[in-house]
Amino acid sequence: MSGPREFLTLSGRWVVEARRALADGPTWRGQLFPQMKKLGVDSVPVAVFVAVFTGIVLALLSSYMFTRAIPLYFVGTLVAKAVMLELGPVLTGMALAGRVGANVAAELGTMRVTEQVDALETLAISPHAYLVTPRVLAATLMFPMVTALAMAVGLLSGWFTAVNLLDLTSVEFLRGARQFYNFKDIWFGLVKSASFGMAVATLGCFQGLNARGGAEGVGRATTRAVVLGCQAILVLDAFWALVLL
Amino acid sequence: MIEFRGVSKRFGEKVVLDGLSLVVPEGQTTVLMGYSGTGKSVCLKHVVGLLEPDAGQVLVDDEVVNELDYEALMQLRGRIGYVFQFAALFDSLTVGENLALGLRRRGLDPGAVTARVTESLDLVELPGTESRYPAELSGGMRKRVGIARAIALKPRYILYDEPTTGLDPVTTAAINDLMIRARRELGVTSLVVTHDVRSAFAVADRIAFLHEGRIRRAGTTAEIRATDDPLLREFIEGALTGEAV
Repeated sequence: MSGPREFLTLSGRWVVEARRALADGPTWRGQLFPQMKKLGVDSVPVAVFVAVFTGIVLALLSSYMFTRAIPLYFVGTLVAKAVMLELGPVLTGMALAGRVGANVAAELGTMRVTEQVDALETLAISPHAYLVTPRVLAATLMFPMVTALAMAVGLLSGWFTAVNLLDLTSVEFLRGARQFYNFKDIWFGLVKSASFGMAVATLGCFQGLNARGGAEGVGRATTRAVVLGCQAILVLDAFWALVLL
Repeated sequence: MIEFRGVSKRFGEKVVLDGLSLVVPEGQTTVLMGYSGTGKSVCLKHVVGLLEPDAGQVLVDDEVVNELDYEALMQLRGRIGYVFQFAALFDSLTVGENLALGLRRRGLDPGAVTARVTESLDLVELPGTESRYPAELSGGMRKRVGIARAIALKPRYILYDEPTTGLDPVTTAAINDLMIRARRELGVTSLVVTHDVRSAFAVADRIAFLHEGRIRRAGTTAEIRATDDPLLREFIEGALTGEAV
C-alpha cells in the first residue's frame, strides 16, 4: 500500500465486500468449523502455557507486595481480578495474535502471490466469502472460548502457587477471590477477547490478501499482521476499559 | 466475442497497455504473442475483471466488463475458464476438490459434480488423480489439472496464460494438443498468451503481436509467418537484430 488514501480506499472496499460475503452463507459455512478448530482449538496449548505462568507470577508478585501491609488472602483477590479483567484476555490475545495473525497472513499471502486468490475470483467465488469471513467469524467465536479456558487455568495455577509456595490455605485463597467478585469481570473479559479475535483475524486477512512481491512480500505482510494485531489489542483494551468500566 | 477497444493500463509510472485494440473472433483460437513483460497477462486479467483499464473498454459478448455490477461480473466469469501460468491450484485441496469447487458454486448436485470431475480429468489424460494433492504432481500434470479445472465448467471462452512455459517438448506437445481438442471438441473460443512461438503456430487460428502496449501486427498464422515486419520476424526466428532494444 502506497499511502493513507489507498489504505482508506481498500478499507472502504472491504466494508462493501464484507457485507456481501456475510450474505453468501453457502460459500463460507463449510469453512467455518475447520477454521474454528485451526484458529481456536489448535491455539489451546499456547494459551494454557501463558495462563499457567501468569497465575504463578501473579500469586508470587501479590504476596511480595502485600507482605506486612495487607492480609495475605487478598492474593486471591488480585489473582482473580487481574486474570479475569486484564491479563487473561490481553495475554491470551497477544499470544494468539502471534499464532493466528501470522498463520492467516502467511496462508492468504501465499495464496495471493501464487495467484490462487485470482483463481478463486475467476471461478466466481468471492475471496471475502471463502477466505475472510470464515476466519474472522472463527476467531471472533473462538478467542473468548480460549480466553475462558485461560482464565480458569490462570486461577488454578495462582491457587496452586498460593497453597504450595505461600502460607495460604485454599479457603483463604477462595475467600480473597470471592471478596470483590463481580459477574461483569467475566463477561467484560470475554467481550474484549471477542473483539481481539475479530481484529487479529481481520488484520491478518487484510495483510495477506494485499501481499505483493513473492516470499519477501508474504514475510512483510506476516510481520505487519502480527505487529498491527498486538497494537489493535492494546487500543481495544483501552477502548473497552473506557466504555464498559 | 472478446474485444479490446483502446485499452490503456499503467502501474505507477510504467505504461503497460497504451490504447490496445484487438478482436478475438468466436470459435477460434487467438494467440497473443510478445516479449516478456509487455503486458500479455495484463490483457487476460482485464477480460475477467481482475484488472480495470485506466482508459478504453474490454467487451465480452457485447458486455463492457469494466462497467458490470458485481452479479453480472460473477455471471460473466461463469462463462470463462482461466488457465494460470503456474496453474494456481489450491494447494490445500485435492485435485478432485480443485475441480469440484467451481462446479459446486454453479449449483450442480454431488453426482453431477463427480461425473464432471471424472470426465474432465479423463479429457486431460489424468484419470484417477482425484485424491492427489497438487504438491504430489509434476509441473506438466499441474498444468493439465489447471486446464481440466477450466474445461470442467464447460465455459464459452478459455484464457490460457503461458500454458507451455517451462515444460519439456513432449509435455508442451501434449498441452498444445489439449488446447486444440478443447476448441475442436468443446467449441470454445480461446485467447492464449505465450512467447512460445512453436506452440503459438501449433494452436492458433490467428496471432496478434503485442509490442509497446499496442498490437503491432495481427493476422492468420500464414500472414504472420510471411510478415516482413523486422521486429516480428526477429521474434519469430529468434534472430538477434537488436530491433527490440
